[in-house]
Amino acid sequence: MNIAEFFNMGGYALYVWGSYGALALAIAVELYTLRLQRRATQARLLESKLMDEYETKT
Amino acid sequence: MINIFRFASPASFYPLAGKMIPWFAGAAVLLAAAGLYVAFIVAPTDFQQGEVYRVIFIHVPAAWMGMFIYLVMAGYGVLELGFNTRLSAMMMQALAPTGAMFTAIALWTGALWGKPTWGAWWVWDARMTSTLILLFLYMGYIALDNAIEDRRRADKAGALLVLVGAVNIPIIYFSVKWWNTLHQGASVSVTSAPKMAQIMLTGMLIMALACWMYSIAVSLARVRGIILEREKNTAWVDELIAANAVNKEGVTGGSS
Repeated sequence: MNIAEFFNMGGYALYVWGSYGALALAIAVELYTLRLQRRATQARLLESKLMDEYETKT
Repeated sequence: MINIFRFASPASFYPLAGKMIPWFAGAAVLLAAAGLYVAFIVAPTDFQQGEVYRVIFIHVPAAWMGMFIYLVMAGYGVLELGFNTRLSAMMMQALAPTGAMFTAIALWTGALWGKPTWGAWWVWDARMTSTLILLFLYMGYIALDNAIEDRRRADKAGALLVLVGAVNIPIIYFSVKWWNTLHQGASVSVTSAPKMAQIMLTGMLIMALACWMYSIAVSLARVRGIILEREKNTAWVDELIAANAVNKEGVTGGSS
């Protein structure tokens, strides 16, 4: 079986790669949003901590 | 015996989860690589369906995960409502997006398999309809959780919704037995020998394990963020932020 035949999936390329591609995309989106949320939380907590410290000083 | 209840406290669970994530993520990558190798290289072409049957290597594991994650959430719902344990509601929040993702993938891959095999993207078959309801339950839980301002009330209401919706899981599971459905009966069941070739079953089980490891890794990563948000006024989070601000590493980054 050569590469072209493999990607053709016996004529079912759309269905097979459409399925695996969707899962890959969903995982990529999930990992990316997780990363964004992590950074947002991190920034927010640091900011509120600095704000609190500033307020107690003044 | 190690006192596992120590890890029921967010402050002890947070670093533990951080240490576990790389192991589960690594296992997920290795299992997925092995599973894809079996699915595409080792497993032969199906004599009836041709190559399109290879969709089942992700369709079945995704459908299992969608149902299983919901059951785990229902378990945490019992803990939340019955015992008021501190991590249970956070775990429910962390699991829901991943469960919804797998359920959506099960429906999507089912449609892509159904079109060439049955001649229809979608039919209002009992199993497909009840799986769609499962997706709506996940989305309903997430929406409810976001809509209620008061954290305690959101936790209780969310747990209640998930518990009531749990009745849908046996309906999905037994739908192919109870009704004369277009969706085929179970190929793998606990009570009888699998009705499929050994190598296909092996590939499917490896992919299912990969999905498990992925779900655990992602949920642990997500629950860490939720723990920080919810515990932000406690001394341990304050110390963590201070220490990480000095190290310039980032609060939720690193392993501790």
